[in-house]
Formats: sequence, C-alpha cells, structure tokens
Amino acid sequence: MSSTIAVVGASLAGLSAARALREQSYDGRIVVVGDEVHAPYDRPPLSKEFLAGTASLEDIALGAPDDEDLGLEWRLHTTAVGLDHPSRSVLLHDGSTIRADGVVLATGARARRLPGSEGLDGVHVLRSLDDAIALREDLAAAGRLVVIGAGFIGAEVAATARTLGLEVTVVETQPVPLAGPLGADMGVVCAGLHADHGTRLLLGTGVAGLVGTGRVEAVELTDGTRLPADVVVVGIGAVPNIGWLARSGVALGNGVLTDARCATNIPGVVAVGDCAATWSAAAERHVRIEHWTNALEQPATAVATLLGAGGPAPTPVPYFWSDQYGARIQFAGSRREGDVARVVEGSCADRSFLVVYERDGRPVAVLGMNQPRLFTRWRRQLRAAVPAGS
Amino acid sequence: MIPVCPTTALPPGEATRIEADEPIAVFNVDGEFYAIDDTCTHQDASLADGWLDGCSVECPLHASCFDLRTGKVSGPPAKTPVRTHRVVVQDGMVYVQPGTTGDGVA
Repeated sequence: MSSTIAVVGASLAGLSAARALREQSYDGRIVVVGDEVHAPYDRPPLSKEFLAGTASLEDIALGAPDDEDLGLEWRLHTTAVGLDHPSRSVLLHDGSTIRADGVVLATGARARRLPGSEGLDGVHVLRSLDDAIALREDLAAAGRLVVIGAGFIGAEVAATARTLGLEVTVVETQPVPLAGPLGADMGVVCAGLHADHGTRLLLGTGVAGLVGTGRVEAVELTDGTRLPADVVVVGIGAVPNIGWLARSGVALGNGVLTDARCATNIPGVVAVGDCAATWSAAAERHVRIEHWTNALEQPATAVATLLGAGGPAPTPVPYFWSDQYGARIQFAGSRREGDVARVVEGSCADRSFLVVYERDGRPVAVLGMNQPRLFTRWRRQLRAAVPAGS
Repeated sequence: MIPVCPTTALPPGEATRIEADEPIAVFNVDGEFYAIDDTCTHQDASLADGWLDGCSVECPLHASCFDLRTGKVSGPPAKTPVRTHRVVVQDGMVYVQPGTTGDGVA
C-alpha cells in the first residue's frame, strides 16, 4: 500500500510543503486539509491591492498551472480538530480521519481580537480572504476609519483606506510603532509616512473600549477621548493555531515546538510556517516567524526531515516587506536592542534610504525604503555572511 | 540585435537592464549570459534588481523566482513565466536579440 502524508493547512506553508514533497521525489498520496473554503491564496495583498480593489481573487490565487501535476488530494472547508499520534491520524470536524505516515502541521496563525469586540458590526480583523472581502465592503460605505495597532497590518490598512478617500486615525499603545522589528529610530521614520499622507497617528495611547450597540460608533481611549468611527480595524498581532493539538502529545509553546529542522517531539510529525516555533541556535530559543518568506522556504527543510534526508540546519536570514502609501519597505536580518542603525544611502527625509544595523561593527540587518536594488545587494551579503550552523 | 555592454562591464553575479519595447534584464551567471523580460509578471518590479542565485532570479519585491534558462516560475507568487531572449557575445560585447528564445530557437 502506498504511503500517505497529510498536510494540515492549505495556505502558503501547506502548499509549499506539498510542492516540496513532490520536488523531493515523494510519490505517495498527499492530502491537504484547509479550513477555508478557498483554494490557497496569497495573503500579503489582502491589506493592499486586494483591499484597494486593484487585485482580483484570480490575481492573488497561489495555485499555478503546474500544480495540477502534483496530484494533491484537497480537503478544503475542513477543519482538523485533533491528532492521534500513536496511529498518526488527523481527526477532522466531520468525524472522519486521515491516517497518515507523515504529518505536516501548517495551520498558521489567526488575528488576535480585541476583548469585547465580539458581535459588534463594523469591527474587523484582517487575516483571511473573507476578512478582506468583509472589510472592503464596509470601507466602501464608510467615512472614518480607526485602526487599532500601528504594526505592519495596521499601517497597510491605513494606507489603503487613505487611497480610498477615508479619514484615518491610527492608535498605538507603544510610544513608537514598529520599534520591535526596526528599532525606535527607524520606527519613527517609517511611521512618518502616516503624517506624510494625512493619516492621524496617536502614540502611547491605549484603547479603553469600543462604543456602540449593534454597530461600532467610536473608539474610546484610556485618556477618555472618543474617536468617532464608521469602521474599526484591529491589528494587534496574531496567535498560532495550535489549540487543536492540545491533547495530541505534540509539544507546544508559543507555537508547535520543533528543532532547527522542523521536527516536533513526535516522530513523523513536522511543523512549518506561522504555527511553528522553530529552534534557533543563533537566538538560543524557539522562534516563531510570521514572515511570508519563511512560510515559503521552511517547508523544504521540514519535508526533507520527514522523508529522512539529513543535512545541516538552514540558517535563513529573515526577510519581510511592507508596502504603504506607495513606499516599499524591506527588512532582512535580525536586529537586537543596542544594534546601531546607520544610513548608508539616501536620506530618511526623502523617504528613500538604506539603513544598515551593526553589532560590534558587523552588519546584522538591513532596512530599505524605496531602494530595492541596493537592498537586494545587502540582503545577499547578509546571507553570505551567516556562518553555517549558526 | 541590441548591444548591451562589454562583457567586462557585466561580471558574474551581476545584472543590467536595457530599454526595449519591453525592458529586458541581462544576467551573467558564472560567465554564461541570460536575458529575460525585466518586469516581474506578478507586479511591477525590475528583475534586474533581483537576487541572482544560480540560474534563478528572485524578484526584489515579493520573492517570485524565475528560471533564467526557461523563464519559468520557480517560486510563487508569480504564476506566469517571463519571456527569454537570445544573448549573443561577439568581440567582447554582449548583445540581445529580443523576441527570440534564449535557447537559440527563434
């Protein structure tokens, strides 16, 4: 009997795992389980082109013509509710099971919600295609948008809403947005894009609650201010979808815990993408990376592990991008507190620059705004500079 | 044929863009020259600004990958291949013949 591998999760990480299985010559049965009704699609455009209405569902589909040849068995609109590890079976919401020889966990993450926002119309999170469709419809009829959280999702939604003509206010509890990934200095620079484009940014301000019955009318801040709102978008991070594994015996932390090659504590079970907290020797801890590029690249390692191929643990240079107000922001590397940011090209005032972060005089990360060519050179250099096995 | 540059001006690992009806990106992979459409089929970005890794170029914006030899997509989110163009090296100069496939078959 031929073997079966179950891929649980049908977004970028799951699809990439299925493709990697075939690339690595696995010729058994592959079942891909996804809880959404939609075939795999690309999430980054959901806050940008798709939300703006300039990209269609067809544009953002991830499937390529060649995927027909992969011979995948799709189980869409199907939620995995458990994993029985002695029989290595994936339990599905309809009571059926998929008995598998190997399992790839790729269930991703979901948007964190604001407590007390349930059941109030006009309040949105943005993670899925359905979220984006609902938000797009609501924005079309709205005049005032309040975005809670000035992270990348919040900033991108704010930027898109401005292009749609809305009056936009962004509220952020931290004194500087994006200080975690970019550092305070560069966080200030990137957040400056909001003011450039007429978006009001309120920093160091908490949200006390939402006002309205049935439909949201305002956001109340901790200082008592009420911001009138037709639509509210909550962009306060994501949590990994691992609850379904609670009784599976799979070791969990802030994500499914894996070694550097994506193996969980259960033989034959690997985890990838946003739901996985992968051991990083460099950071000396498990790191859960929510970047698109990680979801794309990590499955190749996980699949090699699953198929029994050895090899050194990869040493990826984390990379992400954000498009806001027509500015292209790109970041690669790992920044820590204390790293020194130095402008090596352009100027922050011109919104076209390249910044290198240095630690002990060595470059460890790079940030570009509207500098794709130079950024790519630095990113390549960073990748070359990472010692194997670090 | 469109002259691109002297071979010495395009060392291994480098790329350059030339303006044609559709801009074309020319790459030097360890002494072999390849030419493809410069504009990523996913979104407006110049592949000459991209990351060259072996015979594959990664779009500088959203990481779509294309095989320089065939133009085929080797990594999403792009779904449509880019066209390849024939490269001719003559007397130390690199030329591109737009509209002819890279493997020499017109």
